[in-house]
Amino acid sequence: MTKAFRFSWLLVYAIAYLVFLYLPVLLLPLFSFNDGTIVAFPLKGFTLKWYAQLGQQDTLLQAMVNSLIVGSVTALMATSLGLFAARAYVRYRFTGRELSEGLVMLPLVIPGIIVASSMLVLFISIGLKPSLATVILGHVFVALPFSVSIMKSAFDDFDQSLEEAAFDLGESVVGTFRRVTLPIVAPGIVASLLVTFTVSFDEFVLAFFLSGNSPTLPVYIWSQIRFPAKLPNTLALGSLLLLSSVLLLLIAEYFRRRSIQSSD
Amino acid sequence: MARVLRSETGKGLALSAPATLYVGLLVAVPLCILVAYSFWTQTYVEIDRTLTWANYQEAFTDPLVRHLMIRSVAIAGAVTLATVCLAYPIAYFIAFRTQKKTLWLLLITIPFWSSYLLRVFSWKLILGFNGVLNSALISLGLIQEPLTFLLYNEFAVVLTLAHAWAPFAILPIYVSLQKIDRSVLEAATDLGCNKLERFVRVTLPLTVPGVIAACLIIFIPTVGDYVTPALVGGSQGKMVANLIQVQFGAANNWPLGATLSLLAMLSVGCVAILFVVVVTALGRRIR
Repeated sequence: MTKAFRFSWLLVYAIAYLVFLYLPVLLLPLFSFNDGTIVAFPLKGFTLKWYAQLGQQDTLLQAMVNSLIVGSVTALMATSLGLFAARAYVRYRFTGRELSEGLVMLPLVIPGIIVASSMLVLFISIGLKPSLATVILGHVFVALPFSVSIMKSAFDDFDQSLEEAAFDLGESVVGTFRRVTLPIVAPGIVASLLVTFTVSFDEFVLAFFLSGNSPTLPVYIWSQIRFPAKLPNTLALGSLLLLSSVLLLLIAEYFRRRSIQSSD
Repeated sequence: MARVLRSETGKGLALSAPATLYVGLLVAVPLCILVAYSFWTQTYVEIDRTLTWANYQEAFTDPLVRHLMIRSVAIAGAVTLATVCLAYPIAYFIAFRTQKKTLWLLLITIPFWSSYLLRVFSWKLILGFNGVLNSALISLGLIQEPLTFLLYNEFAVVLTLAHAWAPFAILPIYVSLQKIDRSVLEAATDLGCNKLERFVRVTLPLTVPGVIAACLIIFIPTVGDYVTPALVGGSQGKMVANLIQVQFGAANNWPLGATLSLLAMLSVGCVAILFVVVVTALGRRIR
């Protein structure tokens, strides 16, 4: 009796906490369909016009293209770096391994403003003008820890004897990697690509400092937040972004699980 | 050379080198340049490269800087405390009271994967004078006038950040709870502990590493948060990151901005180290 009672109180708390977590995330889509320019109750009626208007805004579309470029290149670069590093950490015991692992995880805990300001100073000092390229360099830095930890779990428990077998059967090092290792960790790679893409796609502070005259989507949204008249459009755009981020991450999660299962 | 590359160490170093160098260079080089800048001064559009302590003098004597620095650390501390206290019961629930652990962990991490900027923006809409919460309470007839204490103050900043960092507290605490050997808990009960005693004397001390990790993961980045104070902080809730941004933007005083960045980093480091030392000592005494 007492046990069931205690159980339910924690459950009630857990559900209340979930409501708290999801409230802001679900609010944007709710009001993006609202036929009114003020975000307040009561709701005024259903409309899709805020979404329809998005397609006509050229600066928005340009920012979208910028974000897609930055996200894709960041994902490719961070995942390649992470793939090799994770392989080294899981497979080899070498001096400096712990130091290297710690260093690669460091970007997770440095305050964004410090990363952003110090990179701006660096790039200006070496003569790189703020552009999409500098945003990419910054995003690879912050996305790398995500890639490394995903790839590490993909390489964990990876059966080494498969590689040795391929080796014994006459494959070269590169051939073994391409035909044995890579297919087995492929789901992990996909997961890492998707996650690092999303990290870059949603990142604001670095892009704000480093993007110069070519804003990414979050920087564009930041510039729109100041105008109350643009609010419904911003809500519609925000809802689309939320949806795409969550979808990408769910797909990534699916692949990550597969990578863990296949290496068991 | 070839032999080195074939050894364990050689292979490991070679494979991990690109990532290590990338992060290492992008941490070390900007840091050095930042230090250099902090000893220079800005004269209109030019940088005066004579070495001087002027920026540090300004940072330490300007009451605004001191005020913002203390407030940033205080707000980050409040956020850390609130987030960890709110998160602990959830982590406990997932670790001990449910079978569907994976589902709950997924449910908790999904909102975190949406854009941070948009979540903060959403809180601004919720807490505003004509916002969602006020209008909802008025339509329900619970209040007559909109509540004004919700937005543009420290409370709004703490609430928004406690929301944004929730998974970072839940996950490490959950991992440390999950690691606890269940037979240790049974032993505590067999030796006469009641449930509260067992929690305080066994479960809680065993999760100290998870709690420390959670606190550091939240505290360090929060001190330098820019978006939340800018959107929901108003003038009461501004933090040091906003001042740094102004120096690199409108005020165009990069040397002062560099100095402030370095001081912020330094104070974060000091507080974090102090915290770990104190908590570890406390943890030992409880046990």
